[in-house]
Amino acid sequence: MKQKVNINGKCRELEINAGQTLLEALRANNYTEVKCGCNEGECGACLVLLDGKPVNSCQVLVMSVRRKKITTIKGIGSLYSPNVLQKAFVEAGADQCGFCSPGMIIASYALLKKNPTPSEEEIAEAIDGNLCRCTGYVKIIEAVRNTADKLKTNNKPE
Amino acid sequence: MYKHVNKSVSKIDGLALVSGNERYTDDFSFDNMLHVSVLHSGYAYAKIDFLDDSLACKMDGVVDVLSYKNVEQALYTTAGQGFPEPSPYDTCLFGNVMRFVGDNVCAVAADSKEIADAALKKIKVRFKELKPLLDFTESDKSKIKVHKNDGSFAKIPVFFDPDRNIAAKVEAEVGNFEEAYNNSEFKLEHEFYTHYASHCALEPHGAVSYLDTRGRLVIISTTQVPFHVRRITSHLTGIPISKIRVIKPRIGGGFGGKQEVLLEPIVALFTWRTKRPAKLVYSRKEVFKSTRTRHEYKTTFRVGYKSDGEIKAFHLDALENAGAYGSHALTVLSNAGAKTMPLLNKIENQKFTGKGVYTNLPVGGAYRGYGATEACFGYGQMIDIVCNNLNLDIIEYYKKWCIKAGETSPIFAALGEGKEGVPMTIGSTSLVECLDKGAELSDWYNKYKLYNSSSSYNSGKRFKRGIGMAALMQGSSIPEIDMASAYIKMNDDGSFNLNMGATDLGTGSDTILAQIAAEVIDTPVTNFIVTSSDTDYTPFDTGAYASSTTYLSGQAVKKCAEDIKKQLLSVGAQMLATDINAVEVYDSSVRVIKDINNNVSFQDICRNSMYTVNQFQIQANASAISHKSPPPFAAHFAEIEIDTFTGIIRVLNYTAAVDCGTAINPKLAEGQVEGAIVNAISYSLNENYYFSEHGRLLNDTYGKYGIYTACDIPNINVELVESFEETGPFGAKSISEINMNGALPAIANAFFCATGKRIFKSPFTPESVLNILTKA
Repeated sequence: MKQKVNINGKCRELEINAGQTLLEALRANNYTEVKCGCNEGECGACLVLLDGKPVNSCQVLVMSVRRKKITTIKGIGSLYSPNVLQKAFVEAGADQCGFCSPGMIIASYALLKKNPTPSEEEIAEAIDGNLCRCTGYVKIIEAVRNTADKLKTNNKPE
Repeated sequence: MYKHVNKSVSKIDGLALVSGNERYTDDFSFDNMLHVSVLHSGYAYAKIDFLDDSLACKMDGVVDVLSYKNVEQALYTTAGQGFPEPSPYDTCLFGNVMRFVGDNVCAVAADSKEIADAALKKIKVRFKELKPLLDFTESDKSKIKVHKNDGSFAKIPVFFDPDRNIAAKVEAEVGNFEEAYNNSEFKLEHEFYTHYASHCALEPHGAVSYLDTRGRLVIISTTQVPFHVRRITSHLTGIPISKIRVIKPRIGGGFGGKQEVLLEPIVALFTWRTKRPAKLVYSRKEVFKSTRTRHEYKTTFRVGYKSDGEIKAFHLDALENAGAYGSHALTVLSNAGAKTMPLLNKIENQKFTGKGVYTNLPVGGAYRGYGATEACFGYGQMIDIVCNNLNLDIIEYYKKWCIKAGETSPIFAALGEGKEGVPMTIGSTSLVECLDKGAELSDWYNKYKLYNSSSSYNSGKRFKRGIGMAALMQGSSIPEIDMASAYIKMNDDGSFNLNMGATDLGTGSDTILAQIAAEVIDTPVTNFIVTSSDTDYTPFDTGAYASSTTYLSGQAVKKCAEDIKKQLLSVGAQMLATDINAVEVYDSSVRVIKDINNNVSFQDICRNSMYTVNQFQIQANASAISHKSPPPFAAHFAEIEIDTFTGIIRVLNYTAAVDCGTAINPKLAEGQVEGAIVNAISYSLNENYYFSEHGRLLNDTYGKYGIYTACDIPNINVELVESFEETGPFGAKSISEINMNGALPAIANAFFCATGKRIFKSPFTPESVLNILTKA
């Protein structure tokens, strides 16, 4: 069956099955930037924004997201026009294998929207649901902090 | 100085990664693709009496089933190692004996994953349950034989005795240990236990295969070893190597877990039989129980020493739980000695004895640290015990007795990978500087004095603090075994294709290898179009393991780039009407050394060589083999706080001073250190495999297994203390593995500092800590 959704600011019709999770539906419809690390809501690799709130898409049925706005990492910024956070991740070396990066950046993006001047602890808490085995989180936290600093000096919202 | 190496350039795939543009194995799908599900054994040890897949085969959408009934019972090792592999051939892709919970029973290919999963439930299997062997310390005496009369054999001439459950055995001695030990003034003997672990790369294992337009098999895989995958898949399926192409796309982390050939032969067989594309991606649970793990170890150390601290006799006896199959059993075992014992090279009498034994538990494999992690737990504590017993300053102790530049250790020659080792003189080390730097950054001397259990700081307190340290070494590549190669060609605009077998798992090797080429030719990294790990289009490389990529693949790239440089100089000199010795490369051009404004750009050189006169393609290839395995060195310092009420250990500060030779990319090198440290602390304090009494893994999810999150990490301080390794590219050695080895001994030593008690078994969970604290 088909379901109309708003993904990354555009109205799209997804081909879905009734029992599918949002993660399965997104990946089946070529939104492969949303990654599957555990399918149990424990790693955060599949994080998307639902109406601006970060959600593990493997824990949501696709039928339940009608009329909601879905944002994947590609809605935050693209290769050609990256978001300041994405650039900061690359500059800080927070991008090792990159598998956790889409979810990690979405969690950080949601944090900075809510709290543009987070402490290190607040950054860590915001990405507590996102696992990374490569970086030890040090450079990820640094990237988020650098972004917050940059946004503060530029004094403009995301 | 350098213009392109020793610089923290950003990863060339960075923006593509963080924008979700890069593609991983599971991101590739094809029309008419089959979806594969694997049925895994629920028994630790059982024989299949009867398997009936007829109901499953009748289901709509089920296309094919593989089991022992229709798959050739060829033996192989899943270890993705060079040929002939040092791991025993003891594994069937689908056999009729199940040797651990998670072993392969059969696989179904269907039109959808849902149908494949449903079909698994329709397969009737009758198992004859056998009593499993679950305690590896009893393995060689046990009546239960894990591989009795099943034809398992060693591919290379090494000791292999499945009748006694022995998957691997290693012995080496220099001097005469027993005599020296017996004559020692002081003797020390302790047993240590280290535990199972999962690599937990965020991307699960997966493979996708299809036939190309000419009927060749293409496999896209989450692999660290594409060339070994091609060879081993051919061996298992009978498909000629010439008809197989293996592509490694982006990989979501490996850490050794993807140095295994597990899924590729399954999708290959389905595609070959049905002519349809096939995809198999493991669930997280399957990764935990069915892929590979860190081996469980028991190490026994005997140390004989003098009152001045000189160790006269040293014996490390290692007992390794290989699990159900001997993947990497021999080589991890030998590295337990080879990557630790040369550190204090002045010990005249040293002995290493080791056995890897079979059990009916999950299979060990390669895991960052590769035996050194397991041995360092005891090694680092034994040295701490010697120093404490004699009231010696451990920093000064390591500085005095550690291996220095120009020195060797007889262990290098005595302990190799499945054969004798390769003698080696240390060319570079800054370990002494690392020890000083680490002591300074961690405020070692003040804190050690303050926290020491003989001081009053901790007495009567609920929260006790301690500081501990460990000195470490590893290697860089497997000497006289590993090989890497690279190919470079030039394009009209002065850009270059750099094609190489080296496998970037997320480590950034595509970037740092391009930096090495850039340094030789003096052109920006952005001028390189990097293609790696495609068996059709890139030359051979043994793969991403043994801390070899920067050191060895780097040498191949450097040699290749030097050839390109010669060609650039030659064409450039002709165009500038001068002698080749009168010109140099500079910033993407060739210029006359004594008249630097007289120059010709790389673009013009390439155009000239392609279109104008004496046309030829500027191109080169080069191979590098490794003649030595220069160790990186490190000093790690852990400052901890123990809650004596709950038993919870918290690492407050962790300092690592690391000698990786020249850091080709300091930012990425730091990232390797930080990642390894957090993995190692998480392993030391939290991660473990818990089994039921029947050998079933109980904590097979991220949530139950519990790897560290951003909230768990201590303050981490990394300092690269560079040295210059003459044999490495621009002085580089390895960095990826060594930093996995420090947390176990450093935290255990810190625990002793705080409490006066030793931890002999990992992980240091609250329960085990409370047990130790409450024991008299």
